[in-house]
Amino acid sequence: MKEITAIQPQLHPALANTRLQLAIYTATGRLVDKRKSTVDADSLPDYQELRTQANDIKRHAIDHLDHYLELFERNVEANGGKVIWCRDGKEVVDFLLTLAKQRKSKILVKSKSMTTEEIHLNDHLEEHGLEPVETDLGEYILQLAHEKPYHIVAPALHMTRYEVADLFEEKLQLKREEVPEKQTQIARGILREKFLEADIGVSGANFLVADSGAVVLVENEGNARLSTTAPKVHVAVAGIEKVIPRAQDLATFLKLLGRSGTGQQLTVYTSFLSGPRRKGEIDGPEEFYVVLLDNGRTKVLQDADKRQALFCIRCGACLNICPVYRRIGGHNYPWVYSGPIGAILTPQFKGLDKDPWLPHASSLCGACGEVCPVKIEIPRLLLELRADIEQAKAAKGEDKSEKLGFQAWAKLMSSPQLYRAASAAGSWVLQDMGDGGWSSKLPFFMNLGPAKGWLSARDMPLPPGESFRQLWRNRRKQDGTQAQPAQTQPSRAGKTSQGRQPE
Amino acid sequence: MPTRVSIFVTCLVDQLFPKVGIAMASVLERLGYSIEFREDQTCCGQPAFNSGFREEARTVARHFLDVFDDAEYIVLPSGSCTAMCGHHFAELFRDDEAMLHRVHAMEPRIWEFSRFLLEVAKTEDVGASFPAKVTYHDSCHALRELGIKQGPRRLLHHVRGLELVEMDTAEECCGFGGTFSVKFAELSGAMARTKVESIRRTGAAAVVSIDSSCLMQIEGAMRREGLAVKALHLAEVLAGGAA
Ligand code: SF4
Repeated sequence: MKEITAIQPQLHPALANTRLQLAIYTATGRLVDKRKSTVDADSLPDYQELRTQANDIKRHAIDHLDHYLELFERNVEANGGKVIWCRDGKEVVDFLLTLAKQRKSKILVKSKSMTTEEIHLNDHLEEHGLEPVETDLGEYILQLAHEKPYHIVAPALHMTRYEVADLFEEKLQLKREEVPEKQTQIARGILREKFLEADIGVSGANFLVADSGAVVLVENEGNARLSTTAPKVHVAVAGIEKVIPRAQDLATFLKLLGRSGTGQQLTVYTSFLSGPRRKGEIDGPEEFYVVLLDNGRTKVLQDADKRQALFCIRCGACLNICPVYRRIGGHNYPWVYSGPIGAILTPQFKGLDKDPWLPHASSLCGACGEVCPVKIEIPRLLLELRADIEQAKAAKGEDKSEKLGFQAWAKLMSSPQLYRAASAAGSWVLQDMGDGGWSSKLPFFMNLGPAKGWLSARDMPLPPGESFRQLWRNRRKQDGTQAQPAQTQPSRAGKTSQGRQPE
Repeated sequence: MPTRVSIFVTCLVDQLFPKVGIAMASVLERLGYSIEFREDQTCCGQPAFNSGFREEARTVARHFLDVFDDAEYIVLPSGSCTAMCGHHFAELFRDDEAMLHRVHAMEPRIWEFSRFLLEVAKTEDVGASFPAKVTYHDSCHALRELGIKQGPRRLLHHVRGLELVEMDTAEECCGFGGTFSVKFAELSGAMARTKVESIRRTGAAAVVSIDSSCLMQIEGAMRREGLAVKALHLAEVLAGGAA
């Protein structure tokens, strides 16, 4: 592998593992293709209108978040449930500990939830002697492996069946099993027991519906439905941004979510959970809680523009299409949210100084913005965050080298005389090494900084002896004597001489 | 038909690929335009803007506006720089009403080269010939910020002898990304290699694009990976044969 020049050295191992890189590239590529086939003009003619609608609804909900959250709370209570407001992860943990104590229960079954990953819920519950059990297959595998999700939709995207076989063999002390269907069966057998034993089921929430007080869960395995209905208590943990005004808005979001994430017109299970079991109902929990988590969200809300990152419905489409995510994978991102959405959420939640390299780790290709079903302007926000980060650095007087470089550059580029002089000097220095050719290495004294970075992966073009402006001047001088063939442009010579003359 | 067109020859083309500028000028001249090259031009400011240095970007953007304020048509051999001038200048000056006014007055006069040919010169056939199999790389900013997808292909379609073959990753980023290419060199290189392999599979003799920055990345990687395919700007192909 070539020498590493990335700002972030940890990106190196993921790039070095070409097997993993190829596996991620292929797996995400499949999702990209599937998405495309379900949102194209034949399958969903009003796709673009749906995106606009989804963006409008989310914008409206976020702009009036206080109103909709209170409405949601009133409706949850009217349904017989209870809303718990939590400022941070600790408050969530405390609530669950008290609940577990009251219920004298040790096991909690969990369905996939990025929000609980955000607050490391499992670790904290385990510290207090409880046994949280992930019931989504991918999450279950990761829990055994003690890893964070690799992808927000497909958490164990990076693991091969052989690695799962190793893991099951080691952690469950079972006979080695390499067939995925059989592995699923093993997990299912274990998890069934847990479902029956657990008194508390913890889920996330894809949507909180204000006008009906319902929690909506979208999934493919059925484990979320079981986690929320088999145990006596259901606790949904949701970020406050998950609220949408009306049940009818789901018509928009559900059409977009499955298609964008996994290329499914609709996921296998869509559950509407509104309150505990009522008289005469045959299933559902006895108690129903919705934990509304802030954990930094109100801070993000203060920026009227960049808070659009909170529109995210966690479909994963931006990860799948992102050429950076597809090369470095999910574990190189500093927080639980990876890919383009992670790159705009992390600095807003964690602070600009935490991982300032992150919004820079993008070629700004814009593919994420194009696929986002709620039309978050990810590429533009990356640029805004880069500007914020540089401004914050400058204000603190930190890391001045790049700033100084760009200041000098701006001077050069706004002064034609300087620009011309520098250009002439530049071609004079490099010219000897080849006339407009390419170089695969530079002499050691020049193989520094950007040039070194460039050459680590590709050959470099050398400036030809003459820049465009020199060629253009020569061409002008020859005009008339070397006019182009008459049939292609009879009036050319006369017209072009009107061009603005240099100096 | 307007007679005069002002060309902005992007700093990259000026310094490293001057033939692209000459090719663009020849094609426009062949269509009957008189070309002016304003010698005071430098850069659009994109490197600073993309790196988060907005003040520095504004300095350069202001210079651009000073140079081109009164030009009727400004034609650029780059989708990326066109997007910078046509879309991002407005963001740079969003808090400066007077400048914003100048920016908005200039926006409709900024033209990416292929789009100028199709929408202003209203021609798909510029009389070029280029007998070879080529593949087209969609540069990200042209594709996603300007919505340019079929235009360059239509122009290529009318080139005598040219056979256009699509690569399987035409819309995928080549990995250039400005300073990204050197700050995250290895990552950028990994992206370029995917592109190179995709080009290799087409069996094309040349890869064509409308951004010299992508072409620099792609050619650099093709040379490193030992793929003898030419990387050409659309203008170079369209200038072919007839001049
Ligand atoms: S940012 Fe958009 S594309 Fe990315 S996960 Fe969120 S909703 Fe999906």
